[in-house]
Amino acid sequence: MTQLISLLTSAIVFGTVILYGALGEIITEKSGNLNLGVPGIMYLGGIAGIATAFFYEMYAAEPIGAVGLILSFLAAFLASALGGLVYAFLTITLRANQNVTGLTLTIFGAGLANLFGGSLNALAGGVGQISVAVTSRAYRAYSHTLAGLGWVGQLLFSFGFMAYLAIVVALLASWFLNRSRVGLNLRAVGEDPATADAAGINVTLYKYLATCVGAGISGMGGLYYAMDYIKGTWSTDGTIEALGWLAVALVIFATWKPARAIWSAYLFGVLYWAYNYIAGLSRATIELFKMLPYVVTILVLVAVSMRHSREAQPPRSLGLSYFREER
Amino acid sequence: MAEEFAVRMVNITKTFGHVTANDKVYLELHRGEILSLLGENGSGKTTLMNMLSGIYFPDSGQIYINGREVTISSPHDAYRLGIGMVHQHFKLVDVLTAAENIALGLPGGLVVDRKAIGARVREICDRYGFSVDPDKKVYDMSVSEKQTLEIVKTLYRGADILILDEPTAVLTPQETETLFAVMRNMRADGKSIIIITHKLNEVLEISDRVTVLRKGEYIGDMDTAKADARALTDMMVGRTVTLNIQRDLPVDPQRRLEIRNLTVKDADGVVRLDDINLDVYAGEILGVAGVSGCGQKELLEAIAGLQPAVSGSSIKYRPTGRSGPAEELLGLGPRAVSDRGIRLAFVPEDRLGMGLVASMNIAGNMMLKEYRAGKSPLVERRHPYDMARNIVRELEVVTPSIETPVRQLSGGNVQKVLVGREIAMHPTVLMSAYAVRGLDINTSYTIYRLLNEQKKAGVAVIYVGEDLDVLLQLCDRIAVLCGGRLSDIVDGRTATKEQVGYLMTNMGKEASA
Repeated sequence: MTQLISLLTSAIVFGTVILYGALGEIITEKSGNLNLGVPGIMYLGGIAGIATAFFYEMYAAEPIGAVGLILSFLAAFLASALGGLVYAFLTITLRANQNVTGLTLTIFGAGLANLFGGSLNALAGGVGQISVAVTSRAYRAYSHTLAGLGWVGQLLFSFGFMAYLAIVVALLASWFLNRSRVGLNLRAVGEDPATADAAGINVTLYKYLATCVGAGISGMGGLYYAMDYIKGTWSTDGTIEALGWLAVALVIFATWKPARAIWSAYLFGVLYWAYNYIAGLSRATIELFKMLPYVVTILVLVAVSMRHSREAQPPRSLGLSYFREER
Repeated sequence: MAEEFAVRMVNITKTFGHVTANDKVYLELHRGEILSLLGENGSGKTTLMNMLSGIYFPDSGQIYINGREVTISSPHDAYRLGIGMVHQHFKLVDVLTAAENIALGLPGGLVVDRKAIGARVREICDRYGFSVDPDKKVYDMSVSEKQTLEIVKTLYRGADILILDEPTAVLTPQETETLFAVMRNMRADGKSIIIITHKLNEVLEISDRVTVLRKGEYIGDMDTAKADARALTDMMVGRTVTLNIQRDLPVDPQRRLEIRNLTVKDADGVVRLDDINLDVYAGEILGVAGVSGCGQKELLEAIAGLQPAVSGSSIKYRPTGRSGPAEELLGLGPRAVSDRGIRLAFVPEDRLGMGLVASMNIAGNMMLKEYRAGKSPLVERRHPYDMARNIVRELEVVTPSIETPVRQLSGGNVQKVLVGREIAMHPTVLMSAYAVRGLDINTSYTIYRLLNEQKKAGVAVIYVGEDLDVLLQLCDRIAVLCGGRLSDIVDGRTATKEQVGYLMTNMGKEASA
């Protein structure tokens, strides 16, 4: 039982990282933009958050956790949205190839973040590892009374606020896409921009906003990873990139439905950590187990393609630039 | 006085590049009437209507709506003026419901009120006799349901001037009747309607007045009550022009292709070719006439093995010499056809899409037909280069070099390269679709000459054309298609322009019987 709870809690923490990444990407893709820069954007969010908290804690005489939290949160969102803006400008205005631009953004984000992350580690001196303890504590704060309620408390109340925020964002996104007028227009843009254009929807504006806001949300995954998952430190081991790709896979697994992404993300977490809880695995087998989320995504992709369901398909004009047809 | 017109378009001119699509065109639409806009392909009907619905902006001329001069620079402006257009290609989002499609882009509250939209949709439906299920997804709808939804969408947005672009092209006769009933209801309710069409029987059946365009020019308008099919055909096709194209009598024509019961359906299950029976003879030029989209493309592609046909269809190929068994072409595919030594040459309508690779040079495009020649794993290069040089010299292709990508050549030169390549393979059947479209006079005559040479060499030539004068002066026989059916086959030497025009537009009762 303890083992199971421990697996589930680590799955939720893991799932939250990729859930942010996937939610942002769903919003972006619903506008018809396939942004493969998710890993890079998560890097940007992570480093912006860490760096902001680091300098705040360095220069403030008595750093307050909540202030560090707000500052780093805003910085992370802004930096990620800025990454989205670069992508949007290149693909929407200049009509660059979306795949190439996205991959470039991933390389750029990873490089930039690790350059500054490495510098911060050097700046920190000592063991060569920065730590933004105060801010990170604020991120990881939870109610000990509630969490103390046996396994229920463990499972439901032992996380920092961002784990809950992710669920709220997912539900909001689901409502937004399915119920709201703006969400409906956004879906039309991603499905059939020419039709949306003829209906008087500003296609360019919608694409820009969805891409920037989507990137902002994706970046929260990086922030959560840095502040909560690895407790306010920075490591240049490339984990964020791996998680970023998993987030892209999650978008497909969830068939572009934000609400579905919630449990799918936790399922990915369970699959990812399963090897820790199965006795007697060799090193090689562990690596095979880590593959599970990707294998499952491929299976879902195959199943969805075979079912021919129009509901489970990517937005029709995903990956295509739009320009008004001229004769 | 001005009040009686819902729409007046005066002196409208629109050019695309050096092509004049509309030249000083007039159009008047009274309130509460149904006006037919009649004309052949490329006569500028859709262009004119696109200017009314805000998709194009006229180069010059004035538009008056309800007597007031207006500027329409976007579809949005058109909606504000109460103009709604139903395009041939529906503008609907597949994965959304009918109600959601209607709500797209409309101002309103934060949440889409599906119930309220549904209620208004039902109200509109009841009023005019439509039936639309607001909660049905568009991908579950038939073509006619989608069209109905498009019309309801324009009405929902308050349109009282409706433009329907060839609405019956995709409908069955029963669905057409339903549509006409609805149109009459709308007219009774005071809506003004323009219907773009090239089917004369529909013009006569539904409209109050008819305006005729030809080659971008305004020819005239008349009350439908005073018009008949003959008079309208004459207005539509115009006077015969003498072109002086050489035409020899076919020498010893032999049957080369036997097309029997050929029926082709497209991806949506719509019948594009309906039970075609046709023989093609070696040593003659068979013309194919018809309004665009009446099955010409499908016919050629079915012969070329690019278009699957419904079972029961048959295209038999008879080799030269009276002996030899006839071979069934259907189901073989282009590669298998050429493996059997049958040389079908195809000059498609889409020259740079289907015919040539735009970014490759002339010699490279020759290689496309030759890449399997020889045993070496490397591609034989000398022969394609020789061929390219030959074509450039003999057909006087204007190009900096044979290394120039064909996309940089002018339209006429592109066509010369394509036709030259197809002829160089010594075909037994040569199919061409709109071979002289967009070409200047001289290049057109070069193409006619090449086709005539092929005819003399005993090739079965199929010439799909749009200019009736050319068809009547180049072809030995002319097969006229109408709505995917074979309207009739006429002798190119004796048929008149009016006769062919009439067959093109009158799919009439005799063909459907």
